[in-house]
Amino acid sequence: MKTDSAKYVIIGNSTAAIGCIEGIRSVDPDRSVILVAKEPCHTYSRPLISYFLAGEIDAERMHYRPRDFYDANRVDARLGLAATRVDPEQKIVETTNGSLHFEKLLIASGGRPFVPDIPGIEASGVFTFTSWNDATVIGEYIEGNRAKRAVVVGGGLIGIKAAEALRARGLDVLVVELAGRLLPLALDAEGSRMAEESLRAAGVELECSTTVNRVLTEDGCVSGVLQGNDRTASCNLVIVAAGVVPATGLVAGSGIGVDKGILIDEGCRTSVEGIFAAGDVAQGCDALSGESRPIPIFPNAYHQGRVAGVNMAGGDASTNGTFSMNSVEVFGLPTVSVGLATASGDGYEELVHDDEASGTYRRVVLRGDRIVGALFVGDIDRAGIFTGLMRQGIDISSFKDLLLTEEFGLISLPEEYRKHVVMGEAIEV
Amino acid sequence: MKRIYAREEYCLGCRLCEINCLVKRSKSRKIIKAFRKERDSIVPGIQVEEGERVSFALQCRHCVDAPCIEACITGAMHRDSESGAIVCDEERCVGCWSCIMVCPAGAVRRGRERRVASKCDLCMGESTPVCVEGCPNEALIYEDR
Repeated sequence: MKTDSAKYVIIGNSTAAIGCIEGIRSVDPDRSVILVAKEPCHTYSRPLISYFLAGEIDAERMHYRPRDFYDANRVDARLGLAATRVDPEQKIVETTNGSLHFEKLLIASGGRPFVPDIPGIEASGVFTFTSWNDATVIGEYIEGNRAKRAVVVGGGLIGIKAAEALRARGLDVLVVELAGRLLPLALDAEGSRMAEESLRAAGVELECSTTVNRVLTEDGCVSGVLQGNDRTASCNLVIVAAGVVPATGLVAGSGIGVDKGILIDEGCRTSVEGIFAAGDVAQGCDALSGESRPIPIFPNAYHQGRVAGVNMAGGDASTNGTFSMNSVEVFGLPTVSVGLATASGDGYEELVHDDEASGTYRRVVLRGDRIVGALFVGDIDRAGIFTGLMRQGIDISSFKDLLLTEEFGLISLPEEYRKHVVMGEAIEV
Repeated sequence: MKRIYAREEYCLGCRLCEINCLVKRSKSRKIIKAFRKERDSIVPGIQVEEGERVSFALQCRHCVDAPCIEACITGAMHRDSESGAIVCDEERCVGCWSCIMVCPAGAVRRGRERRVASKCDLCMGESTPVCVEGCPNEALIYEDR
């Protein structure tokens, strides 16, 4: 087996890997980078797969960076080559075809879709929905089998986007969500109610507080599902959107510290010197809750990748306070959820603005004098001002009463922070 | 790089900067026509904020470490290699509003005519952005600091 060698080796080819390349090249323009990725295609954006399945964008627009990206960044991209094991002692990544010796390594192997172990799940017509290939084969299956009715298992972000794409392709869709409401992690009860209304208005059925216990089949193909509430629904397509788990398999037994994901510090370093991790495979500290957990969202993946890249190349970077955030339109209803947007009870104070007439709902969660969560439904304009206040840990006591007023803007903020944002030539966020 | 800086103490709150930006982005390029007929379909890249005693105009800060670029799911939001300005490639943007979620200045808006992010592009191709050019009291300056 041949062994190639590079200063930097990157496992993965999505957001975190691209952030890492751009981070490395901001510090070190020259030294060698080898990237290995299981998927054979040029880097693409995972969140776009629903737009692709819906037919809203073509293959060219799936690409996250221009076609000449690897060449322009002097990256030896080995696409379609899977990393199988990391050996920290030898500083080697084993692949399906030879091995790679590294000085610095980024593991950005992403997440894998969680698939519940239920009877019938192996049937033809059951799909997960996290890769470009998933979108392609689902599209082909719909065409080939003239699928008319789909069940989406999971009413989270991926499930909603899958439902939207299927609806756009003319299918009838039933979404089944285990929790009592739609998007339970991102939205509070009122936010979910509005999202559910939007979903139903688009002709999608929704059943909450139940799950799919069995996939019913006919000649090996999906013919329906049996739900936990004993109801059956007939369908010829099932999409499993029950979340993703960090794809840590290739570091098993390597000595690299793993909990749910690969453990990283604020510099995206793992427990082993010279080895970094970023994106959906990683587990860092949630700056707002203080708990160590994977936060598998797009902006974190890029940011962590970039921080890792800078540090791999000898720079000094650290993550800017990682916390959860999602911007998702639910059948045309824009929502933004940042931080502990659903938190309530002891230690938290909630500010709520609910304007049914205009269809806007805003909720801000405070802990002491700091914002720790913000939720916007309907009108999401300027939501980022709140995200900025959260990142910087700004004391909001002097303008708390203005937070949910119509006039709220940078003008409401303490002069020092306002000038930092308005005048700063290099906003450090 | 050159950026636009607001001087609160000089701002009259006249909103001419907003109007000039609107005209620049209009089809007619005529101030009266644009104001009367096109303002509902155009989002200016600059906004005046007014308080009791102070006002200022705000547009994209073209941050060095830009959260909008990091959060952009398509690669549409990018830094122009020549000017350094952060611009949105409208052919790639899908209107997911991640940039709006993370912009600490609240300077990215939802487009009205097209479902794309709308923001200041420093009037790409002009030597001085029109908001600065038309400010009657030099409350907006364009310089390299």
